[in-house]
Amino acid sequence: MSVTADDVRRIARLARLAEPEDRIDTLVGELNGILKWIEQLDEVDVEGVQAMTTPVAFPLPMRKDEITDGGIRDKVLANAPKSDEGFFVVPKSVE
Amino acid sequence: MSDLLKLSLDEVSAKLKGKEVSATELAQEAFAACQAAQPALNAFTAFDEEKTMAMAMAADARLARGEGGLLEGVPLAIKDLFAVEGVDTSASSNILKGFKPTYESTVTSKLWDAGAVFVAKTSMDEFAMGSSNETSNTGPVVNPWKAKDSNESLTPGGSSGGSAAAVAADLCFGATGTDTGGSIRQPASFTGTVGVKGTYGRTSRWGVVAFASSLDHPGPFAKTVKDSALLLAAMSGHDPKDSTSLPNDVPDFAAAVGQSVKGLKIGVPKEYRVDGMPAEIDDVWQKGIDWLKAAGCEIVDISLPHTKYALPAYYIVAPAEASSNLARYDGMRYGNRVEGKDLVDTYEKTRAAGFGHEVQRRIMIGTYVLSAGYYDAYYLRAQKVRTRILQDFHDAFDKVDAILTPAAPSAAFGLGTKSDDPIAMYLNDVFTVTANLAGVPAMSVPAGLDKSGLPLGLQVITRALDEETMFKVGAAIEDSAGFGFKAEKWW
Repeated sequence: MSVTADDVRRIARLARLAEPEDRIDTLVGELNGILKWIEQLDEVDVEGVQAMTTPVAFPLPMRKDEITDGGIRDKVLANAPKSDEGFFVVPKSVE
Repeated sequence: MSDLLKLSLDEVSAKLKGKEVSATELAQEAFAACQAAQPALNAFTAFDEEKTMAMAMAADARLARGEGGLLEGVPLAIKDLFAVEGVDTSASSNILKGFKPTYESTVTSKLWDAGAVFVAKTSMDEFAMGSSNETSNTGPVVNPWKAKDSNESLTPGGSSGGSAAAVAADLCFGATGTDTGGSIRQPASFTGTVGVKGTYGRTSRWGVVAFASSLDHPGPFAKTVKDSALLLAAMSGHDPKDSTSLPNDVPDFAAAVGQSVKGLKIGVPKEYRVDGMPAEIDDVWQKGIDWLKAAGCEIVDISLPHTKYALPAYYIVAPAEASSNLARYDGMRYGNRVEGKDLVDTYEKTRAAGFGHEVQRRIMIGTYVLSAGYYDAYYLRAQKVRTRILQDFHDAFDKVDAILTPAAPSAAFGLGTKSDDPIAMYLNDVFTVTANLAGVPAMSVPAGLDKSGLPLGLQVITRALDEETMFKVGAAIEDSAGFGFKAEKWW
C-alpha cells in the first residue's frame, strides 16, 4: 500500500500535526519507503496465530478501589503553559 | 582529575565504605569532569550542583553511621527520559523544554534509595527515537572514541548516547538508559561499555517518558559486567504504579558474575549472519564462540527463522504505540504551547513546533497504521509476527541456555553519515530488536576492537527471568576478552 499527498495531509490532521505544504512531498517519499519495507511482513504465515500481548504471562494485578494519591493541585499545575486560580487555562473549544 | 573516576563502581564502592574517599569528594570530581567534558562531548542536558552536593553529603552522613546502601555515594548519570524531581526532564525534545517534574521515576527513586548520587541528565535521541543521538534538541553527542589516525567525530550510538558516552569517558560510575529496540545495547557496543536490559517488566516504566510501552525497558550502562548486575538489581523490582511491572523477586544478579559457565549450551543463530556485515563483526563473533567453548560451553547451531521480520514488525508496533503515547503533548497541561486561531489549530501548531522531524515521521506512520481500515493489515499482523518471534526464542531455549550474537552490525559511524536515510538508520537495531519484541533479557559486552581501533560488542540473550545466566555468560566473555581498552582522552 502506498500513500498520496492527500493521504499525508489527512494523516497529519489525524495526528494533529501542522505539516507545512513544502514538507508534504518529502513525507510522501519517506512514508512510502517505510511502508514498502514493512510489506515484507505479508510473507509471514500468521494463520491461527494469537497477537502477542506480553512476554511473561502473569495475572493482571488487582488492587483495592481506594484513593492512594491526591491533594497535589499545585504540583499538577506546576508545568502548565497557562494556569489561573488553580485551573488549567485552555483555548475556547465550544462556540 | 585524579584516577578515582577510572575505577569501576564496585571498586569505588569499596573505597567509599572503607572511608578512603568521601562521597562529597567523589561527587565534586565527577561533577567537574562532566562539566569539563561537556563542550567537547555534549553528553549532558542538565546539571543541578546543589542537588548533587546535598545527596553526596547525605551519603557521607549515612556512611559515617555505617548505614550505607548498595550504591552509597556513587555518582550516576541519568538519561533525560527519567523524571528526576526538580531537574529539567525534556526527553531531549523542544516540546518538553523546561519541564521540571514534581515527582521522581521509580527507577531513579530506587537508585537514590540505594545511596547513589545524581550527577547529570544525559542527552538522547528525541523521545528515544534514533540510533545515533543526532535527533536530540541539544545536538548530537560525540563519542569519546575516535578511529585511529582520524579526527572525525563519531556517534556514540542511540538513543541513550549521552549515558554511553558519559560512562565510556569515565565521567561517572554508571548511567541509566532505556532500550526500546536496542537503545542501550547498540550505544554500549559503540562505546566499549556494558549495556543491559532485563526481562520486560523487571524495571518499572513509571516516571519514564513513554515511547512504545510494550517495548520500553529501562536498564543500566556500566564499566564492567559486575557493575551492570549491581545496577540492574538496584533498578529492578515490583512497582504497583506500573501494571506491567513483574511481581517476581529480584535475584542477586551480581552473585552470578564469576560463576562457571561449564556445561552451558550456547546457541549461535544462523540468521544473524546478515548480508554486507563487515568481516570484523564476524571475527569478533567467532572469537566469542571460541572463548565460550574454551570455558567449557557447548556451542549449538540454532535457527531463529523470523529474525528478518523483527525490524519491520518493530516499525509498526513502536510508531503505533508512540503515536498514542505522544498524543498527550498537546500544549495544555505541560510542555510548550503555540497559540493558534482555535483549539485544533493550537494543537497542530504546538505539536509541529515542538516535535522534530523523526518524531513527526514516526507519529505519522503510527497514526496511519492505526487508522480505520488499516489496523488489521498492519498493527494486528505485526503483533502476530511478534508472537512468531517469541516462539522462535521459546524453541531455541528448549535446546540452549543462552544465545550469542554480535550486538550491532558495525562499529561507531561518523556523525551525519546516515541521517538522510531512515531505513539505513533503522538497520542499526537489526540484532537487538528481537529481544525487545520478545521481552527477553539481553546485554552487550565489549569484546574487542576493529582494525581502526573502535570497540565492538557481543550480545548475550537468555530466557525471560533468567538474567543470571546472561550475567554469567557476559562475565565469561568479559574475562576472556580482557577488553580493558579506553578511549584516549582528547576532550
